[in-house]
Amino acid sequence: MEKAISTMRFYEEQMRIWDPLNECMGREELAMLQFTRLRDTLNRAYRNVPCYQNKFRSLGLVPEDIKGLSDLPLIPFTTKEDLRLNYPYGMFAVPLREVVRIHSSSGTTGKPTVVGYTRHDLNTWSELVARFMTAAGVTEDDIVHIAFGYGLFTGAFGLHYGAERIGASVIPMSSGNTDKQLMIMQDYRSTAVVCTPSYAMTMADRMEKLGIDPASLALKVGLFGAEPWSEEMRREIEQRLGIIATDNYGLSEVMGPGIAGECLHRCGMHIFEDHFIAEIIDPETGEVLPSGATGELVLTSITKEAFPMLRYRTRDITRLDYTPCACGRTHVRMKKTMGRSDDMLIIKGVNVFPTQIEEVLFQVEGCEPHYQLVIEREGTMDTLEVQVEVNEAIFFDEMKKQRAFVDLLEKRLFSALGVGARVKLVEPSSMPRHEGKAKRVIDRRHL
Amino acid sequence: MKVEQISIFIENKSGRLAEVTHVLGTAGVNIRALSLADTSDFGILRLIVDKTDQAKSALKAGGFTVSKTEVVAVEVPDRPLGLYGILEVLDRGKVNVEYMYAFVERCGGNAVIIFRFDNPEEAIRVLTANGVGVLAGERVYSM
Ligand SMILES: [Zn+2]
Repeated sequence: MEKAISTMRFYEEQMRIWDPLNECMGREELAMLQFTRLRDTLNRAYRNVPCYQNKFRSLGLVPEDIKGLSDLPLIPFTTKEDLRLNYPYGMFAVPLREVVRIHSSSGTTGKPTVVGYTRHDLNTWSELVARFMTAAGVTEDDIVHIAFGYGLFTGAFGLHYGAERIGASVIPMSSGNTDKQLMIMQDYRSTAVVCTPSYAMTMADRMEKLGIDPASLALKVGLFGAEPWSEEMRREIEQRLGIIATDNYGLSEVMGPGIAGECLHRCGMHIFEDHFIAEIIDPETGEVLPSGATGELVLTSITKEAFPMLRYRTRDITRLDYTPCACGRTHVRMKKTMGRSDDMLIIKGVNVFPTQIEEVLFQVEGCEPHYQLVIEREGTMDTLEVQVEVNEAIFFDEMKKQRAFVDLLEKRLFSALGVGARVKLVEPSSMPRHEGKAKRVIDRRHL
Repeated sequence: MKVEQISIFIENKSGRLAEVTHVLGTAGVNIRALSLADTSDFGILRLIVDKTDQAKSALKAGGFTVSKTEVVAVEVPDRPLGLYGILEVLDRGKVNVEYMYAFVERCGGNAVIIFRFDNPEEAIRVLTANGVGVLAGERVYSM
């Protein structure tokens, strides 16, 4: 009985909502709020950002033409290329004197993208991070261990200010030095950890090596983001670290973490729609897709002062779910991102992402996902070959077992992709690796 | 009574088999028996060598995927129905043979066959109980 009461109390605690007024707003009221805010943002962006003004003018459009949310598709897209062309401050909608913080996106290809925040923007950012941290069960009693790198990258500061807003105790660990991370975790009794999902795996590996029992730590929840990860990986992290692993979503260009985050029902990340309008488009045609369709996520910020984003093409492929969530929040949920629209392959007319293949390989125990996809066209038919590097865990001395393994992979790939793939086992290290990153796709169809 | 065998994954492309023998030769390893099972894509090369551990580490260093398994070396009378007699013993003992191949050397008047069983202990028990000669590892490596 006592146990039942404490469990109940635990759930009540965990199911807190940071800002119920806004997070549980009726959808009609939300739409009205969105439009008012969109109109203000449009006016400011049009007035202060030449890039937006030029885009509108070239279409013969003025902000007044947007008379309702349904006119949103009239607004031209903003792309990474626009940000690059206006580097460093060209997209800012306020004078630099009003900007109190500057961050940037990673800039893996060429120059990074510079983004700015006014004092009001920082306040909004902290509030939104506080929302998803609360949704993941973090409270003022928690000790939040932040293992994102502090610097230009938005991750660490975003989570830091959000955790402080909740009133939690923040340990600004920054990234790297895993042994030290684990020591601090043990000594300071960290209860929540913030990092990338892959770093969580690195920590779990190291703990195993050092013989640290996860049960001896005080950790109970992990807030993971900044890279796509699979449900398989979630299960593995949860099991190996003995925590609840939650997902959150953000893009430096749009704000950083705090665009969307999971509640404890973990059925998609609630997008904080009172600050961002989300659309799903066909990445090929740019057409807005009907509710529930899978496609590229497009985001419009409707409260940001320094760096407003109008219909920003995120390149992330996902799906939106408008069905009500058991947590009481009314905001739409986005599924884990399936990949990037720039990585998407169309094989026999079916959309295929390398990450889907990675997930299948990951599920097969011991199979490190060193793989390569080779797509060819025989006549008018596309063929997909998945080359998987053999390692000791998936090498069997008996031919029938080795064949059965190939058959299993082929069956799993077919059910995951919806298109047949031939699996070819290859010797280790037979795939070229460039700067540590393997080239995953060889498409010979257009040669 | 068991014999150590190494198995190597090789892609079916020219030169790989030669590469394996080159790696072994350079490491001073002598091959006693071998068998190659292959499909159109890949093959599994199985070897009995004089220095198993040395062979394994040399191949691993050469980038090959290698595993070690235990097999049983059986003396087979070198006459008609010699092999039949042994297979018949195994069959009666309900011992399942995964695969088998012949040894290169002869042992006195007998040929030597390598067997891979899913239950080697049981197989050895059945064979010896029926008077079939099973060779020890040390004997095989130095033949
Ligand atoms: Zn929810």
